[in-house]
Amino acid sequence: MKKSKFASLFLSSTLLIGILAGCGAEEGNSSEGGDTIKIGANLELSGAVASYGTSEADAIDLAVEEINAAGGIDGKQIELIKVDNKSDAAEATNAAIKLTSQDKVTAIIGAATSGNSVAQVQIATDTKTPMISPSGTSTTVTVGDDGKVNPFTFRTAFIDPFQGTVAANFAANELKVKTAAVYADNASDYAKGLAAAFIKDFEAAGGKIVAEESYVAKDTDFRSNLTRIKSSNPEFVFIPGYYEEVGLIVKQARELGITVPLMGADGWDSPTLVDLAGADALNNSYIITAYSSEDPDGKAKEFSDKFKEKYGKDPNSFNALGYDTVYLLKDAIERAGSTDGTKIKEAIEATDQLELVTGLYSVDENHHPIKSATIIEFVDGAQVFKTKVNP
Amino acid sequence: MEWVQQLINGISLGSIYALIALGYTMVYGIIKLINFAHGDVFMVGSFIGFYSITVFNLGFFPALIISMAACALFGVIIERIAYKRLRNATRIAALITAIGVSLLIEYGVIYIRGAQPEAYPDVFSNRSFAFLGAQISIQSILILSVSVVLMILLQFIVHKTKTGKAMRAVSHDTEAAKLMGINVDNTISATFAIGSALAGAAGVIFGVYYTKIDPLMGVIPGVKAFVAAVLGGIGIIPGAMVGGLVLGVVETVVSALGFSLWRDAAAFVILILILIFRPSGIFGKNTREKV
Repeated sequence: MKKSKFASLFLSSTLLIGILAGCGAEEGNSSEGGDTIKIGANLELSGAVASYGTSEADAIDLAVEEINAAGGIDGKQIELIKVDNKSDAAEATNAAIKLTSQDKVTAIIGAATSGNSVAQVQIATDTKTPMISPSGTSTTVTVGDDGKVNPFTFRTAFIDPFQGTVAANFAANELKVKTAAVYADNASDYAKGLAAAFIKDFEAAGGKIVAEESYVAKDTDFRSNLTRIKSSNPEFVFIPGYYEEVGLIVKQARELGITVPLMGADGWDSPTLVDLAGADALNNSYIITAYSSEDPDGKAKEFSDKFKEKYGKDPNSFNALGYDTVYLLKDAIERAGSTDGTKIKEAIEATDQLELVTGLYSVDENHHPIKSATIIEFVDGAQVFKTKVNP
Repeated sequence: MEWVQQLINGISLGSIYALIALGYTMVYGIIKLINFAHGDVFMVGSFIGFYSITVFNLGFFPALIISMAACALFGVIIERIAYKRLRNATRIAALITAIGVSLLIEYGVIYIRGAQPEAYPDVFSNRSFAFLGAQISIQSILILSVSVVLMILLQFIVHKTKTGKAMRAVSHDTEAAKLMGINVDNTISATFAIGSALAGAAGVIFGVYYTKIDPLMGVIPGVKAFVAAVLGGIGIIPGAMVGGLVLGVVETVVSALGFSLWRDAAAFVILILILIFRPSGIFGKNTREKV
């Protein structure tokens, strides 16, 4: 008697567990079956420029959480698949192959730098997968060497010539300098693109370039070039490059007694820059950036508050661009009404005056955004909003 | 004016090459091994100095001494584990082992702390003063004097102490030294210890002077120091000092003439020219092969 009671209890409980498990599995299946939108993120999560990639990844997480909490895109939840390209172009290509062939994503976000974005253009074109680089600012990301537009490639940040032009106009009109030196990273398309645009527009504005020097990424000793720059007595030095070298350049330049304003672009934007250069050395230097957390505009303020709540720090422009990229994609998928690559591409091309955190966003025929830029000044190691420049 | 400044830049760079080159040359002199892991001992020294300063809040000199002591120990451990059992193996086997040890240290450090760079804290004031129209920072003067003191100390150890005498004897003829009752193993370990301590010092100095350190920072300075050692005559201690300084000044002059993108190429062109025209280096004598 006792025995059978136990047995029946045991049996019924196993049955119950079986039913419950069955239910769970069914629910899991229904949410898997084509009701999510897979978005790949191919980012620099480790390696030399890991600070860009991880900044963007944080903000992408935030945006995806928000969209999913608000019901997803057309009722479908976003499933984010993040891959680390280790700040290396070959790895970026591999990551793009993995995302398109194994994970079969609808669209790719990334990479953070121009070189790693260019490395995945061919894959995006071949598989008709739209890719949006949040911060790849070189023209070569969306326009190939033959001058043709890469059909599936887009970007959230403005392009190099625009940053160079902003720097030239700021130097000539706001700082009112007549002579400038350019010190560019010769190993990077990004720096060379900016330098060329700066030189062209600064000379067009009546200025004179008194020195043009180059370095190569990974150098640590810049003193001999800086000594040459100093002896040509420029009133302004434009240094397009990435923070790892720029930090050392700024420090060594100030040690050698170069006291004139120094200016760079969004490649400077990293907390590591202040550690490397020192807060004192960075005084009297400016950067161009897509975004400032001090921007008083409503949308930017709202993002800054949400980001601070989640991560406990002020967002930088990579955070803002990563966040905007997700919303740019969401807007396009909604207007396309489908997850078909070609339809999404056409929807992104038709984007007009979309209101994002980094300003109003439209796309021109070369897939370059038409949008605003912000100038920031370093004051004792802190970034201070200086002015906003429209295209 | 510009040239005075460039000369100072070159000597500062050269004195770091010289400190690393000394370790290369001492090890080669005694066991005829190009210790490719030496550049990585330099890197480890730099990180030890960095953590001494940031975590334990030590000043520059205590950090320098801790880093030198730790690197000396590290060098001896490398020698005992990796090279000792290859004492009688072919030279190519030892050379390949050295490359393996180098990769192991580099990626071991990346495994432990990641690949991201670190910024050395300012331990000296950034003040600089004008001298003949050049800006000389207090940092570079201190760094230069530390390098010079270490080199003088090394000369003293090699020429005036018993260990130094043993090192010279083993370098001259290992078998004969053994017969004379010299403990060859301990002498070789002492050589590694001294060479690695100098690399550790160079690491801390590099960190203070150039600010940025990362786990692969030892690769290029290591190769450059090797060029410096060959330039001065490998195995010859004063040769490494002169070779390092000459290389630093040449690289700076190449940049100063506006060919900064050719700076690394210049170092290797020097290596090729030396190997073709004077393989024994500036200070090398044409030695007869022992029969």
